Amino acid sequence: MSDQELRIVAPTAIVGYGFQESSLERVLQKDPHLIACDGGSTDPGPNYLGMGKAFVGRDAAKRDLSLMLQAAVDRQIPMLVGTSGGAGGDAHLQWTREIVEEIARENNLHFKMALIHAEQSKEYVSKKLADGRVEPIWPLGPLDPKAVDRSTNIVGMAGVEPYIEALGGGAQVILCGRSDDAAIFAALPIKEEFDPALGWVAGKLLECGAACAVPRQKFGSEGITVTIREDHILVEPNHPGLTCTPLSVSTFFLHENETPLYHTEPSGVLDLTKLDCQAVDERTVKITGAQFHPTEKYTIRLEGVELVGYRCICVSYTRDPVLVQTIDSYLDTVRALVVKRVDGMGVPAEDYKLVFRVIGKNAVMGEREPVKEVLTHELGIIMEAVAPTQDLANEILGLARQAGKNLHYEGKLCDEGCITYPYSPSDIPVGPVYEYNMLHAVEPDSPLEMFPIEYVTV
Amino acid sequence: MARIRDLAVICRSKNANPFSLTLDVVFPDKETFEKVRLSGVICKDLISRLYSVAESDVLLVEFPPANAFKATIPRLHGSGAVEDSDVYGAQQHGPLMDVEIPD
Repeated sequence: MSDQELRIVAPTAIVGYGFQESSLERVLQKDPHLIACDGGSTDPGPNYLGMGKAFVGRDAAKRDLSLMLQAAVDRQIPMLVGTSGGAGGDAHLQWTREIVEEIARENNLHFKMALIHAEQSKEYVSKKLADGRVEPIWPLGPLDPKAVDRSTNIVGMAGVEPYIEALGGGAQVILCGRSDDAAIFAALPIKEEFDPALGWVAGKLLECGAACAVPRQKFGSEGITVTIREDHILVEPNHPGLTCTPLSVSTFFLHENETPLYHTEPSGVLDLTKLDCQAVDERTVKITGAQFHPTEKYTIRLEGVELVGYRCICVSYTRDPVLVQTIDSYLDTVRALVVKRVDGMGVPAEDYKLVFRVIGKNAVMGEREPVKEVLTHELGIIMEAVAPTQDLANEILGLARQAGKNLHYEGKLCDEGCITYPYSPSDIPVGPVYEYNMLHAVEPDSPLEMFPIEYVTV
Repeated sequence: MARIRDLAVICRSKNANPFSLTLDVVFPDKETFEKVRLSGVICKDLISRLYSVAESDVLLVEFPPANAFKATIPRLHGSGAVEDSDVYGAQQHGPLMDVEIPD
C-alpha cells in the first residue's frame, strides 16, 4: 500500500441501489486500495429493523455485491460493507452473508471474511443505563428503562475500531451490522495513520455514493472515488458524465444532519468550520480545512424499535363537493361510530388507534400544515387501524370502511356511497408495526465491546 | 419581492435522525446568499412560525461554503410512528418555498 495516498471507491450509495458497470471498471483502472459501500440507513423507518428485512431486493443486492466482490478478489484489496442488509441487525447481517457466500460459490471466489455483529441485548443496554452510561441524543430525553424492556431489536452503530480490528485480523471481506456510515470508509485511512479528519471527511462523502456530484441522479445511483493524501483529499465521481464542483461537494455536507459544521463520531467530533473546497479540474474537488477533535468519552449510538401492533389500511377517496368541504366533521362522526361499535365488542378505544389521513388537506404535514383551507375538488382518505392483533385491526378497519362509505351528513345526495375505493379487496392487512423507541448514546468499556467479530473462511 | 423558490437552487427537508427534521436552503452564489442573509428573513422566528415549533427548539446555522442555511427541529413523531406522516421527512419544505425575501 502506498504511503503517499489512499484511493477508496464507493460504487453506489447503498448496496442494491445499482451503478453502471462501466463506471466501476473505469475507476478500477486507478488501482484503488479499498472498495466499500454503505448497506443501509434509518431512512425507510423502524419496520425494517423490527422485521429483520432489507429494503432493497435480493437480486439487486446480489448484483452490486457480485461486482464489488469480483473487483476486490481480482485486485486483492479489501471489500467492506456497513449497515449490512439495510438496518444492520443480526438478521440483516445473515442475509448479506448468505448472498456473499452464494456469489463466492457460484464464481469460485475465496477469501477470509469477518462478520461484525452490531445487535445489542436488552440486558446489556439495561445494565449500561443502570450504570448511568446512556445519554439521550437531541431531541430525545433520558432513556426509559421500560422502553428497553419493550424493545424487540436494538443495534449499536459501530465506529472504525471493529473494522480496523478485522482488517488487522486478515479479513479481506468485512460485513458489518449497523455502522456509522462514514466509519466504513474512514477505518482504512485511520488504520494507515492518515489524518483522522481526512478519513472522516472521506467517509462522509463516500457513504452516499455520488450524492456530492451533479447533475444529481442523472444516471441513476452512482459512486465516487476519494483520494486521501497527507493534508487534503480529492473527490471525483465514478461516472464520466458527472462532476464534483466546490458547491456540489460543500452542499453535500448538509445532507441528513443537524448541522454541517460539527459531526459527532464515536471517538470525537469532525469540525468543518474551516472547510475549504476548491476545483482541481472540471470534475475533481480538493478538500482541506477539516479538523478532528477527539472526545474524552467514547460513545456508540443506539437505535431500538418496539412492536406497537398490527396495521390494516384502506385507500379511499371522495369526489363529492359537499363531503370535500365537510370532511373533518364527517370523519369525526365516522370515528365516533366505530369507537362505539368496537367498544361493543369489548375493546376500549385506548387499545387501538384509528387514523384517517386526508390527502388534499394535511396528509403530508399533519398538525404542522399551515394551509387550513381545502381548495380541491377531490380528497384521498387513507383509513388505518393499528391494533394488538392483525385480526382485530382488520375488524376495526372493516367497520371504519363501511361507516365511511355510508354515514349520513348534512347535504348528502349521493346515498349509494360518499367515498369509494380503487381496489377490491379494499382492506389491506399490512402486518406488524414497529416504532423507534431509542436514539441514545452509550459508553462502552471499549470500542470493540459491543461488536463481536466472527471470522469465516469462504 | 422574490420568493425563496425563485432564488434558491435547493430547498428540501429530510430526517436528520429518526426524531429530528432538517431543512436546507441553498443559494446559487455568494451574492444571493449574502442578500438573503442580510435581509434577516431566515431566522429562528420564521421556522418557529412556519412549523409551529418553539424557537428554543430551532437549531439554525449558516454554512457559507455552500451558500446555505440549515434549520433543524424536533419531529412531531418519530419516523414511521403510527401518527407520523412522512417517514423520510422529505416533504416538509413546502412552507419555506413561498417565503418572500425583500429586494
